Amino acid sequence: MIIRKIGENILSPISFTTEENLAAVMAGRSALRRYDSLWGLPFPCFASLIPDDLLESAFESDVEKGRLLMDSYTKFEKVVLLSAVKALDSCKIDATSERVVFILSSTKGNVGLLADENPDVERVTPAHTARMVARYFGNPNMPITVSNACISGLCAQIEAFRCLRSGQYDTAVVIGADVLSPFIVAGFQSLKALSDEQCRPFSANRKGLNLGEAAATVVYTVDDAAEDGWRMLAGAVRNDANHISGPSRTGEGSYRALCSVLDDSGLTADDLACLNVHGTSTLYNDEMESIAINRAGLSGVPVNAMKGYFGHTLGAAGILETLLTMRALENGKVPATRGFDELGVSMPVQVSAEHLDTGKKAFVKLLSGFGGCNAAAAFVKV
Amino acid sequence: METMVTHRVKLTPECLEVDGQRVAEAVAGESFLMQLYRKYGMGYPKFFKMDVLCRVGFIASELLLAAEGGERFVPRADRAVILFNRNTSLHADRSFQATIADAEDFYPSPSVFVYTLPNIVTGEIAIRNKYHGESEFILLPEKSETAMNQAVERALMDKETTSVLAGWVEALSEEEYEAEMELVSS
Repeated sequence: MIIRKIGENILSPISFTTEENLAAVMAGRSALRRYDSLWGLPFPCFASLIPDDLLESAFESDVEKGRLLMDSYTKFEKVVLLSAVKALDSCKIDATSERVVFILSSTKGNVGLLADENPDVERVTPAHTARMVARYFGNPNMPITVSNACISGLCAQIEAFRCLRSGQYDTAVVIGADVLSPFIVAGFQSLKALSDEQCRPFSANRKGLNLGEAAATVVYTVDDAAEDGWRMLAGAVRNDANHISGPSRTGEGSYRALCSVLDDSGLTADDLACLNVHGTSTLYNDEMESIAINRAGLSGVPVNAMKGYFGHTLGAAGILETLLTMRALENGKVPATRGFDELGVSMPVQVSAEHLDTGKKAFVKLLSGFGGCNAAAAFVKV
Repeated sequence: METMVTHRVKLTPECLEVDGQRVAEAVAGESFLMQLYRKYGMGYPKFFKMDVLCRVGFIASELLLAAEGGERFVPRADRAVILFNRNTSLHADRSFQATIADAEDFYPSPSVFVYTLPNIVTGEIAIRNKYHGESEFILLPEKSETAMNQAVERALMDKETTSVLAGWVEALSEEEYEAEMELVSS
């Protein structure tokens, strides 16, 4: 059974289209910048934020007012809905069909609402947002929301893959999104995970991660007649069973997830144009990934990370990074790891500060997150 | 797909049921979760660091796995942990929000923040039991047996997965929670 990508959108601070986001990556551009005291927080940070005015005007022009069921929409709700609208415009499916399912990936959804004096608690959960989006499109099915920390965007695609493989649905609309708030920024700062400079994945002088806002949507369908296009081949989720907030010293879960998708997909190291990794630029994450990559026999495969362009986009990351890798490989390029300079992990990995030419059309996407979770998925273009 | 529920547990602030039998009821005094922790001699100091969502999930999983019997704590990758609720980590979220609400009294705590992800409870269960298999937290707009069963069946599509520790775990406060957990085999 062939699971094919038929629609997509990336909505980032750089642009609200996949094409312009790809162009920015290829030009080495980013919206990451330093904030001395974002929202009055008592520390500097380096982040990438979606401008409210641009979002507002795009929401006004692209979302059909007659279908909106609420009086006002939060930034999170706007980016989720707008990205889905744009992705569905790109593929013209009948979203009202009972054969279509909506799947949302988010870590914190509307958590920013908790800062209100009398917060609308019902609305904090991303499950509320998922139902709002499904209703906007007139979809009759209960949406699935994956909230599995930083691997959510890959987990959501794996859920979609299985929904289609099992015959339960024919088409899955997978949306990933998170927006920033004092809650999220102060939380990551309390963990000492943030850098106040440009993040430097896999580099010796990396100091931590940058946070970024984004939404990204991918639409998959069962298409056994497909002759070309991107196919999802396999996906796996594994746990380190080690620590809730620190990665495994042996890269256990990532190693197991990588082995599973290589085995399931039939791809070998030689087939892979690249391994698009998490690469958050924290000391422990990048070190862990270098170990997992080597254990999985992938030390010779080009490795790249997108966090230097967009920051860590949390629930959007798995979808945004998958889509950009697909589009770059279509152009014969493995994107540079922006921010990388001198390798600073204990095991050899092929990270480059320059774009690489490639003729290969397959890759593996890897993510890891709090709760000890790790996910990998394999994709190929034919 | 043919699946079989081998054991189930239901935990509320009032009582505990294992495989349909009421086996414990809350008595006056300390919280029912603490009563169960002591009564069943769980001896797991990490329990005291956990937020309420993790405590509820941990206690329910311990009792479910005790009902299963057999050797525990042997590393394995054939069991997935898939949990569900509606309100994500709302209790921990409110606790963390309280630490950052006042600029004059700003003390964000990493040990609170780390629990502001609902999937941490799946990680706690994986760590306790040395489960290297799939772990996932799914949010549903309402409790739905159908949606949960479908997700369990999807998890069993992974060729390494032969059983799933699955269930609904919602914890709005120390006094308001519910866990309905089961072991499902393919």
